[in-house]
Amino acid sequence: MIRVTLPPHLRKLAGVDGEVILEVAGRVTQRAVLDALETRYPMLRGTVREHMTQKRRAFVRFFACGQDLSHDPPDTALPDAVATGAEPFMIVGAIAGG
Amino acid sequence: MSRVRVLVGTRKGAFILSSDGKRELWDIAGPHFAGWEIYHLKGSPADPDRLYASQSSGWFGQIIQRSDDGGKTWHQPGTPAGEPTTTPDGMPKGESNKFVYDTSIETGKPLTTHQFYDGTPRPWEFKRVWHLEPSLTDPDMVYAGVEDAALFRSTDGGRTWHEIAGLRGHGSGDKWAPGAGGMCLHTILLDPGNQRRMYTAISSAGAFRTDDGGKTWKAITRGLHSLYIPDPTAEIGHCVHRMAMHPSRPGVLFMQKHWDVMRSDNEGDSWHEVSGNLPTDFGFVIDVHAHEPETVYVVPIKSDSEHFPPNGKLCVFRSRSGGNDWEALTKGLPQSDCYVNVLREAMAVDSLDKCGIYFGTTGGQVYASADAGDAWSAIVRDLPPVLSVEVQTLP
Repeated sequence: MIRVTLPPHLRKLAGVDGEVILEVAGRVTQRAVLDALETRYPMLRGTVREHMTQKRRAFVRFFACGQDLSHDPPDTALPDAVATGAEPFMIVGAIAGG
Repeated sequence: MSRVRVLVGTRKGAFILSSDGKRELWDIAGPHFAGWEIYHLKGSPADPDRLYASQSSGWFGQIIQRSDDGGKTWHQPGTPAGEPTTTPDGMPKGESNKFVYDTSIETGKPLTTHQFYDGTPRPWEFKRVWHLEPSLTDPDMVYAGVEDAALFRSTDGGRTWHEIAGLRGHGSGDKWAPGAGGMCLHTILLDPGNQRRMYTAISSAGAFRTDDGGKTWKAITRGLHSLYIPDPTAEIGHCVHRMAMHPSRPGVLFMQKHWDVMRSDNEGDSWHEVSGNLPTDFGFVIDVHAHEPETVYVVPIKSDSEHFPPNGKLCVFRSRSGGNDWEALTKGLPQSDCYVNVLREAMAVDSLDKCGIYFGTTGGQVYASADAGDAWSAIVRDLPPVLSVEVQTLP
């Protein structure tokens, strides 16, 4: 069980309250989690990753276990605490502006 | 009695303002898509309950929303919640927020770069939808003008989008360059008498016309004169802010350019200036009275460096002669300390008798006149900055 938190705009777009619970088969990576998220909530396609390149959008960040994982390669294994559901994988809208 | 529905896009959501034909008492609904930029929303002439909205965010990109009940409820047409994302044979289903430039050899001359601000080549990169133009006859067909400038079309109610690549393949695309607001395709005019004819305008590339349903395009800029480009009469580089036409005379076009109010009487083949006695001919909006093809409206803005009304007085100017002779319409509009702007998508007209005129400001006001501009009042005063205004006249 993977726990994912979404920023308010994306929660509203997906029609969810609170955390999203996902099942990820196999190795738990950033890519696997986002694939599972977009399969479950197709309306989020293109909002976290660019449609064509599958790269993280510039003002989106990934946090977990007190770390910024935004710049990790997408196939890097996420921390065990995320893979076991002890900690959430946080998708965050970056602070921008004043 | 007829009704009107005013569709307002703002920096922080969409609002729908409704009234009966008297246009005195208004119901305000919204914000829809709160917190998102709504560059434009517009209803289908063929089915007034079918609305399309462009919802975007610097963080999360582009979303297309559709309503089939006049704006009461909305959904993303290509990605219904809970349904499989692939067809039974494994093909991905359409995604309504996916705008991919056509790079196929079959469809013309796809380009890979345009000019950046500094004149260097820059790859085309989709940013957002500025304008949605539903077909005059088919509720499921809708055009989208996007940044970086290109024209897309959906024939399945916004589920999927395909570029009409002939426009970028015009032959001048590598010379197009963005203006301060970005390189956006913001005007799409459909000729009601000729389904194969369409006009578009791009800031700051110019204006274009197709006579063959989008396959080929012609730059329609002869007669435009712009001192901010090296060759003031060049075919490409004019910063067109908005174009308008009356449906009964689709060959007559009006244009608010960066500077200059212009008119064409031959489908854009040539233009002449009709700024006449305007206090300044800089501005963004332009529109035509619903029943009088020679009655035109603009909102003069002081200059390209001071985007507010001259002397702090908000005035709509009306010409009843197709330009040149303009009268200031001020009754009900602020005549002191007003420093708002009126952006290019933010004026529209209804088709009641008398014709209603509407415009929105960057200060969050939406003004309406139920008597063709003689007197104005604010429907609302404190919305987020208004990006677009459209009007539907309903039975």
